[in-house]
Amino acid sequence: MGAYAARRLVWLPFLLIIVTFVTFALLRVGPGDPVQVWLGQHQNDEVRERLRAQLGLDDPLVVQYVRYIEGVVTRLDFGESFQFRGKSVGELLAKRIPVSLQLNLAAIIITLGVGIPVGLYAALRQGTGVDNVVVAIALAFQSLPVFITAPVLLLVFALYLDILPTSGWDGFFSPKIVLPATVMGVPGIAIVVRLVRASVLDVLGQDYIRTARAKGLSETIVRWRHILRNAMIPVVTSFGFTIAGLAGGTFIVEIYFGIPGVGFFTINSLFARDYPVIMAFAIISTTLFMLANLVVDMMYPLLDPRIRLGAGNVT
Amino acid sequence: MLPDRSGPRAHDHGHTQRLDTDLEGADWSANELPAGQRLELEEEPARGHSYWSLSVHRLFRKKLAVVCLSVILVMYVGALLSPLITPYEYTAQDLSQSRAGPTLAHPFGADRLGRDMMTRVIYGLRTTVIITIISLLGGTLILGIVLGLLSGYMGRWVDSVIMRTGEVTSSFPDIILILIFVAALKPRLVGLVQGFEDATGIDWILRLGILDYAIISFALSIFGWFGMARLVRGQVLQARESQYTEAALVAGASTARILRAHVLPNILSPLIVSISAGLAGVAGSELVLSWIGIGVQPPVPSLGRMMFENGSIQVLRNEPHLILFPIGAVTLLFFCFNILGDAVNDAFNPRAR
Repeated sequence: MGAYAARRLVWLPFLLIIVTFVTFALLRVGPGDPVQVWLGQHQNDEVRERLRAQLGLDDPLVVQYVRYIEGVVTRLDFGESFQFRGKSVGELLAKRIPVSLQLNLAAIIITLGVGIPVGLYAALRQGTGVDNVVVAIALAFQSLPVFITAPVLLLVFALYLDILPTSGWDGFFSPKIVLPATVMGVPGIAIVVRLVRASVLDVLGQDYIRTARAKGLSETIVRWRHILRNAMIPVVTSFGFTIAGLAGGTFIVEIYFGIPGVGFFTINSLFARDYPVIMAFAIISTTLFMLANLVVDMMYPLLDPRIRLGAGNVT
Repeated sequence: MLPDRSGPRAHDHGHTQRLDTDLEGADWSANELPAGQRLELEEEPARGHSYWSLSVHRLFRKKLAVVCLSVILVMYVGALLSPLITPYEYTAQDLSQSRAGPTLAHPFGADRLGRDMMTRVIYGLRTTVIITIISLLGGTLILGIVLGLLSGYMGRWVDSVIMRTGEVTSSFPDIILILIFVAALKPRLVGLVQGFEDATGIDWILRLGILDYAIISFALSIFGWFGMARLVRGQVLQARESQYTEAALVAGASTARILRAHVLPNILSPLIVSISAGLAGVAGSELVLSWIGIGVQPPVPSLGRMMFENGSIQVLRNEPHLILFPIGAVTLLFFCFNILGDAVNDAFNPRAR
């Protein structure tokens, strides 16, 4: 277990280096000269040359990359934004990251809070009408892009019923978070419901459930301790993917609902060719994504003592 | 796992014996036997029925799946034949009809510029369909199978390079890298193609959005091949170790024959399953890219772009048909993808049942 985690952790920086270098190189060959973006309308050749040299843009790509990464690793310095002059990228992102995190947290709460009970309920009533309806709905809604659900929910809850605000951001405890978080949570609900249902059905057929019932444990204990806990393993596993799915949806939901989070900011920066921001975003999101996957892998043994990491063909 | 041994010995013995053969029988047949033999035992003894025809038969027994398959086929064929079946040109404007609601002349209404929405939805579907097909063919089928075969057959460093690269591509959120990738490379390629068009006098590459199709399909393919490659590699490794391959080699079969007769049948059903599951994913990615604004560019219609432009609260309040028809088309397509994918998985995946 320790050795396995260590091996994964050693592999992590290499993956990060590859991903960040590819991003860095892509942004450098991309359109728009950073110097032109920087200078705006006031430019002449001499100023441009001087600025290029000053920013180190004349050096070979690898040198530029190493210098950049050095700043990030040693000083957490992601450079200065092209678009908002005089502001560091770190400062700009630090203001927006909490917004996106709160939105994602709300979406996860909705996904798991609805998905797990419904999946459990459907599984315990397997074969009944309720079960069939739940499965059919979950199946139909799976992987539906968020910009499909967003206008429909907006139309129903904000325009026709007029019970929820349409857009904007007022923090975690404002009703404005309900629609965007629901929109982000819906595709996940369908997946969690199907997963929990399949997983519970699988566990129900196991010998240890029969044993637990046979030795006279109450149905409540069997459900909570034996069924739910074991059925959670695949759910936890797929949690990393759920988060990754949310990351894609964050962009769209933030743009659509006008929420000043990281996704909104990054897309704007992408169109404004504000490369330091994109680069910082790529580094942070990749690191978080990989760490999330690692944590998820590390959580298996806690839930299922039979799984021993690092043994056999797990790499 | 064994029940306690206090019962009559003969009965007990018989019981555990049966349990063991059950378990092992299930595991072994899934791994070792060519799938067809096992299935013929389960179904009525159907001589001459291949695994393939049995699976197709199982799929067609499900009415809902057949309905979904038909809907998808109609939408795909309709989309590909869009120039023939649409009543208007997708660029044809009639400003007197601007934002008109659904009428007989314009069943889905008309957009801000008075362009027929039905025509634009059908052309938008064409964009999605073309990119889905190219990405799945290029990414999943060609890249995935070729790299998987290479990986499994060559082994050593080729294997390592391919598998590590795949882990890299699948270990970060793909939509972000696709965004950066498209945003960075597209203007260069557009410049190149413009030069090419000027030099040769061809003028339809950019106008018809062919470059957009190519770039997006390519970007999606880069992230779509790994699952298939890993699967193919696993099957090749397994086949290499197995005795039937050894027997085939001894009998003088060529590599090509071993691949076709022993490896291909094993990957055929996972291939079908992964393609049917991937349809919705690829279509979704295309829609997201177009929605954000780096996918297919106007005037070439794209459903993602349509939903972005008509997604505002004003449009929802005043002309909801401008967004509800594109949404309806995409939702119908996705529902059918999902239900068909599930049914295909049940019918073709021997491990799923």
